[in-house]
Order: sequence, then C-alpha cells, then structure tokens
Amino acid sequence: MSKHASYWRANLRLVFGCLVVWFLASFMFGIIFAETLNGIRLGGYKLGFWFSQQGSIYSFVALTFYYAWRANQLDHEFGVREK
Amino acid sequence: MELKTLTYLVVGATFALYIGIAVWARAKTTSDFYVAGKGIPPVLNGMATAADWMSAASFIGMAGLIAFYGYGGSVFLMGWTGGYVLLAMLLAPYLRKYGKFTVPEFIGDRYYSNSARILAVICLIIASVTYVIGQMKGIGVAFSRFLEVEYANGLYIGMGVVFIYAVLGGMKGITYTQIAQYCVLIFAYTVPAVFISLHLTGNPIPQLGLGSTMSDGSGVYLLDKLDSTLKGLGFPAYTTNTRISTLNMVVYTMSLMIGTAGLPHVIMRFFTVPRVRDARASAAWALVFIATLYTVAPAVGAMARMNLMDTIQPSAETSLSYAERPQWFKNWEKTGLLKFEDKNGDGKIQYVADKEKNEMVKVDRDIMVLANPEIAQLPNWVVALVVAGGLAAALSTAAGLLLAIASSISHDLLKGIFMPHISEKSELMYSRVSMAGAIAVAGYLGIHPPDFAAGTVALAFGLAASSIFPALMMGIFSKKMNKEGAMAGMLAGIGITLFYVFQHKGIFFIADWKYLEGMGTNWFLGIEPNAFGAIGAVFNFAVAFVVVRFTDAPPEHIQHMVEEIRIPAGGTEAVEH
Repeated sequence: MSKHASYWRANLRLVFGCLVVWFLASFMFGIIFAETLNGIRLGGYKLGFWFSQQGSIYSFVALTFYYAWRANQLDHEFGVREK
Repeated sequence: MELKTLTYLVVGATFALYIGIAVWARAKTTSDFYVAGKGIPPVLNGMATAADWMSAASFIGMAGLIAFYGYGGSVFLMGWTGGYVLLAMLLAPYLRKYGKFTVPEFIGDRYYSNSARILAVICLIIASVTYVIGQMKGIGVAFSRFLEVEYANGLYIGMGVVFIYAVLGGMKGITYTQIAQYCVLIFAYTVPAVFISLHLTGNPIPQLGLGSTMSDGSGVYLLDKLDSTLKGLGFPAYTTNTRISTLNMVVYTMSLMIGTAGLPHVIMRFFTVPRVRDARASAAWALVFIATLYTVAPAVGAMARMNLMDTIQPSAETSLSYAERPQWFKNWEKTGLLKFEDKNGDGKIQYVADKEKNEMVKVDRDIMVLANPEIAQLPNWVVALVVAGGLAAALSTAAGLLLAIASSISHDLLKGIFMPHISEKSELMYSRVSMAGAIAVAGYLGIHPPDFAAGTVALAFGLAASSIFPALMMGIFSKKMNKEGAMAGMLAGIGITLFYVFQHKGIFFIADWKYLEGMGTNWFLGIEPNAFGAIGAVFNFAVAFVVVRFTDAPPEHIQHMVEEIRIPAGGTEAVEH
C-alpha cells in the first residue's frame, strides 16, 4: 500500500474513534439513556440531564483538541506534514 | 443614570469600537473582502469564528427557549456544539487544503460541473436567508425593547443598522471586528449570569450554580425546586421535559449538528488559516470560545425561569397583582411581545399551564435573556450591557452570512459562470447589491417569522444539513461520487426538507401559504419540521449512492484531486496581506 493510502487509513481510524466518543457523550448519554442515567445524581444535577446540558459539551472540546493533536502526529509519522 | 441613556451610551461605545476597527482594517482587494488574506493565527481565528457563529439565536434566543423547554432545549446545546466536532474532523482540514474561496466553488470543481455549482449557490442562499430571518427577529426584539417601540419598528431600525454595518466593510474588517465582538458578547452574557447565580445559589460560577442548592437556607437544589414549582402549576417538570419524543430529540440534535458543518459562512472561515494544521487548531479553539457561552446558557435559562415564576406566580395560591407589576413588565408590554389578559377579572396575574386559565397570553421566548437581568433586579449598566451583547452577536453573524450570500452570487454566479470578465470593482459592487437584497427579503419575512429566533435558525440548519453537508462529505470521503449522484442527492435532500417545512410553516414561511394541512402536524414519525434536516440528509446520501451506481465514474483528474486534498503536504501558500 502506498504511503498516502496508509496515512488515509490511519486518519479514518482516528476520526472513527473520535466519533464513537462523540456519539456516546451526546446521543447515548444525553438523550437515549438519559432517563436511566437520571437515576444517578451529580449534586443537584440528574446525570442524564447533566450530560445533555454540560457533559456533552465538555467532551466535544476535549475531542477536537485530541483530534488536532493526534492528526498532527500522524502527519509527522507518515511524512505528509506541510512545510 | 436612567436605563435608556445608559443603553445608548454602552451600545454607542461598542459600535464606535467596531466601526473604528472596520475602518482601520478596511478591505481593499477582493481576496481581502472574502477571506481576509489567509494569515490569521488559530486562536484569534477561533475567537472570530465563535463570534461569527454565535448569533442572535445563541445569545438572545437559546436560553429563552431552554427556560421554557427545560431538558428539551438540550437539542440546541448539543446540536450547536457537537457540529463543531464534525466540522473539525470531516471538513475543515480538507477544505483548507483545497484552498479556494467559497463552498460552491469547491462543489463546482469537485463535481466538475457548473450546474452543481449553481445548485450549491441556490441551496446556500435558501439556508442563509432563512438564517438571516432568525437574526432579524433577534435584532428586532433588542431594538424594540431598547427604544421602547413596537417589534416591527424595532425590526426596521435593525435592518438599517445591518445594512450600514455589513455593506461597509469586508471580511478583513470583520475578522478583527469579530474578535472585539466576541469579547463584548461573552462579557455581556456571563456578567448577569454570575450575578444571578451568586444571588440564587451563592456560587458565582453559573455552571456549578445550576447544580447547587438554593441560598435561601432551605437546602433544596435549584433544579429540584424549579421542577416542583412548575409541576405545582401544571407545567411539565423542567429536567425531564422531553421535546415531543426521544426520536424527535435525536433527529433534531443530529440536524443541528450536521447543519453546523454545512453552513457556508462557518466553513469559509477555515479558508482563512495558513495551513491545514491551523484549520484543525482553529476549529478546536472556536469550540472552546463557543462552549464558554454554551455551558453558561443552561444556567441562564433555568435561573431566568426560576426568577420569572418567583416574580409572577411563585406557587398556585400566590399571584402577582397586575397593578403592582414591575417596570420591566410594563416596558415589554409596549413592544407587544408580552401580553396579559385578565380572564377571570380578579386583577391578578394567573400564570399556569392550563390554557383556559392562563393569563400570560403571550410571553415571547426571545425576550427572556434581555429581560433576565431586569427580572433579577440587577443594576442598569448590566441591562445595558446585555442589549449591547445581543446586538454584537446578531450583527456579527448577520454580517458573516450576508458576506457568504454576497460572495456566492458575485463570485460564484457572476464572476465564476455568467460574467467571467467582470472587473474586481464591479464584482464588489454586485456583492454589495446582493447583500442589500438579502437584508430586504429577510427583514420582510422577519416581520412574521416562522418561529422564535432559535427555531428559525434551526430551520436554516436543517436546510444546510440536507443539501450542503452530504455533498461536501461525499466529495471528500467518496472518490467515486460523481456529479450526477451529488446533484440528485442535493436536489432530493433540500427538496424533501423544503416540502416538509413549507407544508407546516407555509411557502417561504408565509403562514397563509400552507398546503396539505389535512396531513396534521409532525406527521412523519412525530418529527417536527425544525428537526427534519437530518431526514433530508439521509435522503440525500441514499439518492446519491443509488444514482452513482447507474452513471459513469468521475474523470481521472477529479479522483486524483480527491487524493490530493486528503493529504496535508503540498498545499498552496497562504495569501499574504
């Protein structure tokens, strides 16, 4: 496989992994399982409600930084970094 | 000092600042006008993107809707932040590598077709104009309150201000102006939230205050108290009030997320960074600045509802007497956005869920954020600051959107297709004329907007989600996608979304022009029109992949171009400015 093709595969793997976390933090914890999670409390917050109005957003911020950092590493590893 | 004078002063001072910056960095060439020379560092670009992004819908509209939807309002919070994750990973780096000016330009090149480019321009204009309607609603509300006039008059004044503001400068002016606007709007949003959180819970950090106990010594959590107050008056509990259904919430959130990643004025910002890795970093920084407001918003919503109930109807037995209503109540009555009707003639305000008995016959959701500091009896300068912040949010986004509309008409349609030999000067002239046209149309439709500010903007997102996002995604991730597939997909996606939205809201949102009303509301799986964009996007993808099987593969050089944009190395240099 060419260098570019394997870079692209590695990139897709990274994106897919990030999107799994994205989906869990918002759609799963914040909506689909919110009612179940609401049984657990985080101070005054019900946990499902907390994910939908706070937790999901914090996860998104962490994810985009992680992605930017890892993607830059991949650029180096595969020697496709811009000048 | 009197509130009105103070508001004039604060709003005047912030405007002087923006205009000063715009004049200082006045756009000179067309390249500057559109993308500000590609030389802005990621943190600053992120901040400007955040200001561009957070509009009247985020600042004025969203917390108000959350205050009344409760948990159901989460769709806006997750949708308008989660979309950035998609933008950062699926679009921004590749579009930067491609390195041209506009979204239709990419679609036209990638699908080797001027028809595809024209189709993208049409989709983009429909979505952006809808978005501007939402901004106009917000601007109209802010001006009507601040000048104490009817909503419609506030809207006309707002149109004039947007016209002067957006048509004057280009993106370069706007980039630095937007950094100033971000600072103004985030300060204006957080200051009242901190005061109110401190007052209600004793915790100055709104994100923590929302999860704390009331400071009245009762030891009850704020959210629990809100739930029980509302339930006592027949309203659904705040923290568990699902918006229509779980499915509707999933689809709504998805629609806002992919709409975020499909809106041209946000995508355009990623053309302004020097390198691919700066595009990644810019998206991440933008999200930090956006999240700052978005994690405060739920506290603003819940606390505004708490204070509103406490003022008017703290429990089923105690109602406020109309004669003793506070000043803010009177001021908002003047705008026509707040209405009381004494149904049982007892001179008191009954504010309950039962429609027969409820006497607060109109509480426009979009007044909540602006009224919030007054309801909480904060000092006048805070109230003035919120008006200035709301206007900053609305103006910055309106300007960015108008620029996207203008560039798609003058750059893509005229220069790109119909009048290739047009001079730079007349290109700029045409782009200013299209801005003026868009302001007029959006202002006219904004007199009777299809929904509250945030709801109207949600419709715009649905339209972008169903048309632009899939075409961009497939353009990058599917080498075999051809022009027939992409165009059929865009047509099918936006077509079906417009059909569903217009059926509910009227053609071009004119309520008299509804059709097929016998179908009932939300007839498709109980999904509301604001949320339908995600369904439209699924349609878009499905149609595209079916069509591509029966038509020719894209030419060799296009497949090569797709391989090129996937790899960061070897890109074009950023334009110096």
